[in-house]
Amino acid sequence: MVSGKRIFSDFKVFSRGYLRNKFGLFFGLIFPVILILIFGAIFSGNSSGTINVYTQNQDTGPFAAPQMDVASQFLNALNSSTTIKVITVDVSENFSKYLADHSSSDGIIIPENFSANYLAGHPVNLTVYGNPASSSSGIVSGTVNGYANYFNLNYFQRKYNDTTPAIIGITSATVNTQQTKYIDFLIPGLIGFSILVSPMFSLVNISSEYKKTKLFKQLSLTPLTKMEWLASKVLWYIVLTIASFLLMVGVGIFAFGAHVALTVWLIPFLVLGPMLFASLGMLVGTVTKNPETAGVIGNIVTFPMMFLAGTFFPISIMPTYLQSIAHVLPLFYIVEGLNNVMVYANYMGAIIDLAVVAVITAVIFVLAVRLFKWRED
Amino acid sequence: MIPIEVSSLKKCYGDLKAVDGISFTVNKGEVFGLLGPNGAGKTTTIEILEGLREKDGGDIKVLGLDPWKNGYELHKKFGVIPQEFTFFEKTTPREAIIYYADLFNVKVDPDEILKEVLLEDSAKVNFDNLSGGQKQKTGLALSLVNTPELLFLDEPTTGLDPNARRAIWDVIRGLKAKGKTIILTTHYLDEAQQLCDRVAIMNHGHIVAMGTSDEIIAQHGSGERLEIHGTEQLAHYIKANTELQVEYDRHRSVISIPLKQKIDALAALAAAEQSKMDWGEIQTRRDSLDDVFVKLVSGRVDEHGEITIENDESKSRQT
Ligand SMILES: Nc1ncnc2c1ncn2[C@@H]1O[C@H](COP(=O)(O)OP(=O)(O)OP(=O)(O)O)[C@@H](O)[C@H]1O
Ligand SMILES: [Mg+2]
Repeated sequence: MVSGKRIFSDFKVFSRGYLRNKFGLFFGLIFPVILILIFGAIFSGNSSGTINVYTQNQDTGPFAAPQMDVASQFLNALNSSTTIKVITVDVSENFSKYLADHSSSDGIIIPENFSANYLAGHPVNLTVYGNPASSSSGIVSGTVNGYANYFNLNYFQRKYNDTTPAIIGITSATVNTQQTKYIDFLIPGLIGFSILVSPMFSLVNISSEYKKTKLFKQLSLTPLTKMEWLASKVLWYIVLTIASFLLMVGVGIFAFGAHVALTVWLIPFLVLGPMLFASLGMLVGTVTKNPETAGVIGNIVTFPMMFLAGTFFPISIMPTYLQSIAHVLPLFYIVEGLNNVMVYANYMGAIIDLAVVAVITAVIFVLAVRLFKWRED
Repeated sequence: MIPIEVSSLKKCYGDLKAVDGISFTVNKGEVFGLLGPNGAGKTTTIEILEGLREKDGGDIKVLGLDPWKNGYELHKKFGVIPQEFTFFEKTTPREAIIYYADLFNVKVDPDEILKEVLLEDSAKVNFDNLSGGQKQKTGLALSLVNTPELLFLDEPTTGLDPNARRAIWDVIRGLKAKGKTIILTTHYLDEAQQLCDRVAIMNHGHIVAMGTSDEIIAQHGSGERLEIHGTEQLAHYIKANTELQVEYDRHRSVISIPLKQKIDALAALAAAEQSKMDWGEIQTRRDSLDDVFVKLVSGRVDEHGEITIENDESKSRQT
């Protein structure tokens, strides 16, 4: 019943029309890249500033006098450097896990009795966590080394006027957490944005306009079926999404040195996403009376997703009530899935996201085809 | 098989009876015209026949089938131009024809169809840049792709300049010569007279007259009249001095005398001459389809579907 040949001829006519329309091309391909350039530029300034270093100070005293708390003095000194910002981690936390949870690889542990040992002249070791592959870790270990030397010097100058032995030593610990930069996370977010916006707006518009101008009636008088018609639109938006995906990833990598993993796991998201939103757009155009109403309803459905689904910023920075809203937005699962694949290599998470997306897509697609009417009755 | 059979067709929108029990048939090879003022129910009727709307009552058969139930098979056998035809903006007429040929799975030579509808010159212009006439011709071209036996043309020439209209008329005549059955709607009575074998005049969902245009004129029009350009006094004079019935139209300053026989004209003219008053141009005329149309649709339709013609004081006045 469904004919590939008819889908293909409709696809040909539709894609050709799309490519001849500069406006659609701009929004489909160029606009997301501009967004990457703008947001990438705004936030890339951050990375040249101070590096957050998570610090767990296990030397809790007690101290006879505040001057005896050398550990705190050492951390204050580090914090006053231009390169490092010390972030305190409570001693009750599991430090490695804490680093991983905060997507950070830079950390310092100050051991128990650090101050007492230092003052007594017994050697003590700091543990500095770092990812050898990350430039920030190099900066952190360099800075910590520098301050340790300074404290060593200070001690011996005061006591013996001698500089030879070192009291504070440094042990390095390797952490594999890749430090995520804003751009790494921005790319999946904006890919989600473009998966949503192009098919959705376009199908809301087309389906309501075609109804108004009787183009659907016209098509219903040919052997093309409404299922084939929708399939050809979905196909086109998959092609467009993949093109837009390649452009955005390319710009992200070459312009901002983004670290994103490109694996086959991305494909199901790039296929289901456009299918979901093309169908949703179709559904909105179908259930509304005229293009004006369709536009309004389309915006009501689209805008929350555009901003709350983790497109421009991670939902973890949002208040919890907004986070719970995000969890009912279909786009959230696409963006989360893309992040899980591209940034965190968390494939278990990605499979769950994929399952959610697949179910929503199937429901919306079937609903759109069912409710969509070629002719009136 | 009779291509189109309609009996007691009804369609309501809420309280509005858009089509209120009409019956007609269209024979093979015939061009059948549906006339009527805006909102008469022409498009509703046509779209029900095309299977785009569901009827509320009555019986219809299109090529022997029920168009609502058997639409998918039927669509392969007929061609359609909808009222105010539009198409994908960024598609050219040539591409549109190829697209339709692909959908219908038929082999056609697009250039031949373009030539048939006189559209070769704009074959490669995007639809949104075509003129109104070229757009209509594109619609006509698409309706021909599946070489249909039956065509529905809903106002194929509305809004076109006289040349474009004549071009489309030529195409329609060509189709008729090939033996196609055509049902068309129009607001142009000359078009109906030029193209249609038979017409039906619709008003408020009823058919108020049907037949060839001569039959309709004979049935609903007045007979031959003598018209004399002159004053109201002259009209009174003629009426007083002859046995004739005389009407006077003040707006046009025309004395109008229905002729029971041709010789009546001589008596009227003799009286006019005798009056020594000034009179101008004379002519004899009959009601055209135009006149009958205006009479029929400005009349009211009573509950039996009969029309009652209101006497319009401003138009003609008994003297
Ligand atoms: N879908 C609809 N819903 C409600 N009313 C409708 C609908 N379609 C048509 N009508 C009404 O039915 C009546 C007949 O409309 P139709 O379009 O058949 O007229 P028409 O003879 O084609 O007029 P025109 O010459 O202006 O094209 C009109 O009063 C119109 O308002
Ligand atoms: Mg109409």
